[in-house]
Amino acid sequence: MGSEVTATPQTTASRGDTVASRALLRQLRRAERRRQWGAFALVAPLVLFLIVAMVLPIGDMLRRAVDDPEIADVLPQVTRAFDDWTDHGQLPPDSVFAALAADMASARAAGTLPIAARRLNYAVDGGRSLLVNSARRLPETAPNWRDTLIAADPRWGELDVWAALYQARGPLTDFFLLAAIDMQRDAQGDLTATPADRAIYRDVLARTFEIAGAVTLLCLLLGFPVAYLLANLPPRRSNLLMILVLLPFWTSLLVRTAAWVVLLQENGLVNQVMMMLGVTEAPVRLVYNRIGVYIAMTHVLLPFMILPIYSVMRGISPVYRKAALSLGATPTTAFLRVYLPQTLPGLAAGVLLVFIMALGYYITPALIGGAGDQMVSYFIAFYTTDTVNWGMAAALGAVLLSATLLLYWVYNRLVGGGVRLG
Amino acid sequence: MTTTRTWPERLWTWVLYLSCGLVFVFLLGPILAIVPLSVNDSNFLTYPLTGFSTRWYGEFFTSEKWTRALMNTAIIGIASTILATTLGTLASFGLAKARFPGRGLIMALVMSPMIVPVVIVGVGFYLFFAPLGLTQSYLGLIMAHTALAAPFVVVTVSATLAGLDPSLARAAASLGAGPLTTFFRVTLPVIAPGMASGALFAFAASLDEVVVVLMVAGPEQRTLPREMFSGIRENISPTITAAATVMIVAAVALLIALELLRRRAERMRTGAEG
Repeated sequence: MGSEVTATPQTTASRGDTVASRALLRQLRRAERRRQWGAFALVAPLVLFLIVAMVLPIGDMLRRAVDDPEIADVLPQVTRAFDDWTDHGQLPPDSVFAALAADMASARAAGTLPIAARRLNYAVDGGRSLLVNSARRLPETAPNWRDTLIAADPRWGELDVWAALYQARGPLTDFFLLAAIDMQRDAQGDLTATPADRAIYRDVLARTFEIAGAVTLLCLLLGFPVAYLLANLPPRRSNLLMILVLLPFWTSLLVRTAAWVVLLQENGLVNQVMMMLGVTEAPVRLVYNRIGVYIAMTHVLLPFMILPIYSVMRGISPVYRKAALSLGATPTTAFLRVYLPQTLPGLAAGVLLVFIMALGYYITPALIGGAGDQMVSYFIAFYTTDTVNWGMAAALGAVLLSATLLLYWVYNRLVGGGVRLG
Repeated sequence: MTTTRTWPERLWTWVLYLSCGLVFVFLLGPILAIVPLSVNDSNFLTYPLTGFSTRWYGEFFTSEKWTRALMNTAIIGIASTILATTLGTLASFGLAKARFPGRGLIMALVMSPMIVPVVIVGVGFYLFFAPLGLTQSYLGLIMAHTALAAPFVVVTVSATLAGLDPSLARAAASLGAGPLTTFFRVTLPVIAPGMASGALFAFAASLDEVVVVLMVAGPEQRTLPREMFSGIRENISPTITAAATVMIVAAVALLIALELLRRRAERMRTGAEG
């Protein structure tokens, strides 16, 4: 717009116009800016609140996934002395051993040694006792700290232990993030898979995706016919049936979980009915295992599948299917080739929504599942409040958050496209 | 359904009815099945019922543990609803009013509490606010629940604002009303049902939330869902079924209130048009 104004021919009359239109433009722009600032001022309180209550806490949590201050804080001299260690194929030089001994003595006196011991324990089996016990055995002075340390615990002669201490020297680390996908660095600093007996997180992640996937599939199988029925009934009757979907939707998650625990227990109603119907002779174990988790999570998430599919189905004009039928298609063909493709935006939205929500589930598996049914959220909470391994909690949180955001991005693109299609 | 002609079509209709009926039983069955157990006089949570008793409700409404949980749920729920509704409504107006730079980013931020897994919100709160002394406090919980509830308010109020006819405000202005008069006498009554349903969503979000409470609340701030969580985990007693029934009644009340608000909003809209 500005370039248009300046491009006007330089006659007296049009110069006057230009001045007037410039003033008008300025005024307009100022008004627009005022409007924008006014709008921004209305949004600002919520934005500021969410920065304090969401962005900073989550950012702080993610920082802890790469933050590794313990060894550097508690053992500062050895952290500095590591500069002397050039050949990582061999044990570090004597200066590093001496620095470690000095650090251990002062940390022991300051009472901070357990902090470093806990951190070393994450990387080395028995790392906690290695550090604490050898610190206790060390003399005040020694002619050769290398021999003295190895005499206190022969593991100080192992390259792996030193590599782990070196890699934990901070201030930043990829240790936790790698551990979250069962990877680690070997003595040379190269990436390797965590030995099978210590690798657990890939199982946890695979299990999380497996449970979320199975629940999504169950929700789709159960939700599709209901959405279809609701979308094709006359409004009065479908509104009435809709209440049957909305009541569970509004009922507390804890209530529904409690209900399933009661119903699925050994002498619960489900087992009673199954035995009465002769489906089974003896009570079947339905709770504190995977079956219970599938049943309860499907129950909780089913409305989130039904509602998006229903809203898309309701917008599908019956004209297309009638046209297909009048052109000689069988009802099955008309359904599969004309109706079903039009429901895809709703199906995609429901599937992704349920899958995303299921990925982050914690309460239902914690209450209805067994030890082998816990999802990644459980481990995040466990490392935060029970074992105080915040690095690991943050790294698993980062993995879960990335998966969620990636899927949400896909969801947004699909649903955005779906809206335009409809 | 459409008129059925051939027998395979009729068969499919019946298969559809039957499968939907089973799904409805699956959806509602557990919720309905727990209610009779709350008035059973037996200690066992099994059918058949042995006799009528209100003692579990007596325990629920008199025991210190449950009444405090009820109080905490109300305090935290109402406070975070008021905060979330205020902040969310203001933001909806701002977002509807103008396109300013970074609008997409702001929308993403405003919606983020709905998307981020709640355990991450909980851990974030736990680690970030513990040094500030906000964990084990009402303020910390109210903040967390406000953040989790705000997107619901923004979504509902924004939807109402999108349906708001701008000629209404112009008409008021042309008749001499100032911006404030226009807002309070014209805009607010039209969007009030949207705000109220946003507030109900916000309250329900707080009422249903337990992960953050698990991580952030101290023994003083335990809410109803939190007490139910330990009740289910430790030793499920009939008092839980009474608590569950009370919460089911709350859900029904929320549902009815929302339906009434929806009808009112529809009336306002058609009234404005016609």
